Amino acid sequence: MTEHLPALQVIIPLLLAPVVFLFNHARLAWILSVLVSWVGLLISLSLLFAVNDGEVIRYEFGGWEAPYGIAYKVDRLNALVLLIVSAMAAVIFPFSWQAIQKEIPPSLHVIFYTALLLCLSGLLGMAITGDAFNLFVFIEISSLSTYTLISLGKDRRALTAAFQYLIMGTIGGTFILIGVGLLYILTGTLNMADLALRIGEYEAQESRTLQAAFAFLVVGIGLKLAMFPLHLWLPGAYANAPSVVSAFLAATATKVAVYALLRFLFTVFGADYTYDGMHIDYLFIPLALISILFASIVAIFQRGLKRMLAYSSVAQIGYMLLGIGLANESGLTAATLHLFNHALMKGALFLVVAMIFFRTGGTSMRYITGLGKEMPWTMAAFVVAGLSLIGVPLTVGFISKWYLILASIERGWWPITIVVLIGSLIAVVYIWRVVEAAYFKPRPENMPPVKEAPAGMLILTWILVAANIYFGVNASFTAGIAGAVAAELLGGGV
Amino acid sequence: MNIDFVGLYNYWVVIFLMMVGFYTVIAYDNLVKKVVGLNIFQTAVFMMYISASKVDGGSVPIYSESIELYSNPLPHVLILTAIVVGVAITALALALIIRIKEAYGTINEDDIIRMDLEEDARRDKL
Repeated sequence: MTEHLPALQVIIPLLLAPVVFLFNHARLAWILSVLVSWVGLLISLSLLFAVNDGEVIRYEFGGWEAPYGIAYKVDRLNALVLLIVSAMAAVIFPFSWQAIQKEIPPSLHVIFYTALLLCLSGLLGMAITGDAFNLFVFIEISSLSTYTLISLGKDRRALTAAFQYLIMGTIGGTFILIGVGLLYILTGTLNMADLALRIGEYEAQESRTLQAAFAFLVVGIGLKLAMFPLHLWLPGAYANAPSVVSAFLAATATKVAVYALLRFLFTVFGADYTYDGMHIDYLFIPLALISILFASIVAIFQRGLKRMLAYSSVAQIGYMLLGIGLANESGLTAATLHLFNHALMKGALFLVVAMIFFRTGGTSMRYITGLGKEMPWTMAAFVVAGLSLIGVPLTVGFISKWYLILASIERGWWPITIVVLIGSLIAVVYIWRVVEAAYFKPRPENMPPVKEAPAGMLILTWILVAANIYFGVNASFTAGIAGAVAAELLGGGV
Repeated sequence: MNIDFVGLYNYWVVIFLMMVGFYTVIAYDNLVKKVVGLNIFQTAVFMMYISASKVDGGSVPIYSESIELYSNPLPHVLILTAIVVGVAITALALALIIRIKEAYGTINEDDIIRMDLEEDARRDKL
């Protein structure tokens, strides 16, 4: 049984999705989804502990040997991303039941859980597969279900947001397909480990085909992870999707795309080719700095809480790209750590947004005003997660920024350190706007009275908030894994 | 630079179709036309894969004593998967367009953006 864990991780949600749809019973669908997400969390935890000492699990589908058949591969980086996705699912799926009651019409609840399970299995598949074409297929599984989930939003803008994401996401997916195709033309293989071997042996590293494949893959994955000029789909998608969907996507989807980028840049192409051959740092550092400053400033001026958090996500992705661009071990440690840490804080923040919507029926500033007294626990969760987003010591945000600043000082690029600090200051501004409205202004007369959010939702949100603090105080576990991952990536190990 | 331009004509077709599709997606306001452009764009990639799998003088990849040289069948299989993905995307896009038409009464992107902006302006007055 245990040797099949890598396959079960993906297959259980994939198989349950049609089952849930056929049963056509909303509450049953929810219960099954929650069970699936908890089983998934157990599987990914056991995978992480199995590979934590540097061992690599390989799983060959149908017993076909690796370069010919499709192989799954789990090392520390895979296991960490699997843990992020399944842990977020394990918190957000139970939360979803009450949240969707007010956001999605009851007739669509079954479809919601079907799409959510498909999205989960697509993301897990992306994180675990060791085959380049298989990665494309999983990207499309997760993307298609994401478009559906976004279009379930209450406002009609959810439809146009979903359509816009569909167009941009498909262009991104097709670019990835072109990149994988060019790699196949060049090497005749699709297995990532095999690809790495052959690209390493390949004499003409100046080959145009290899350069073109690299460019298509970076741009294609860049669209998926909302790299700065390609981020246009993200604010609309997060702002108009149902709140739980925003929480799930913000915590997982872009993280898995960053993982795919790391995998291609460092495992398939190799750190030498990425930095010395293609000079990816010349591209990523400017883009990352612009996105940190630009997206943070735009976030200040947003009317809606969800759109503000979405722009903040674009800025946070800038921090991850900056970590990759800095091209040293601390930088990659920061990028990997921030995958995990950002999932924790954005997950918590969007769950707070979902609770505010649940009680007030809206998430723009008008609805938040004066909520500090009416919903103390909800707003307290927002404050703590917001502090983590800013990067205050004793929270996870501090840990990632610490490594990022360390990396920029190691390179001797102190202006980058300053930009990171300015980015944090701007985060203070947009978080403060919400805190000020909630705590220091009275509730408007014309707003109906509200109650504190239901205990179940609060407990789940506070689990994430507590994780924000726990991993901020005791970072040795996450930083240990991230450091080992960074060393592995730079060492070019497969 | 000694490249056989004519012999590589199918790759020129790939590039041409890719640009036509890409241009259509970007330049047209009609959402259905955007989806058509997306389809042309994807078709170009299918052609690229299939072209690459052809072996000069190779036969179809069937197991037989008389066949020694055959084309690579793997890209065909990959593209079959990609075509299925493309069909799913097109179906979902068209379904979304129907819903957009119901909600907005138009499938012109410019009109939709204008209607959203007007709605924002009304909300600000509140």
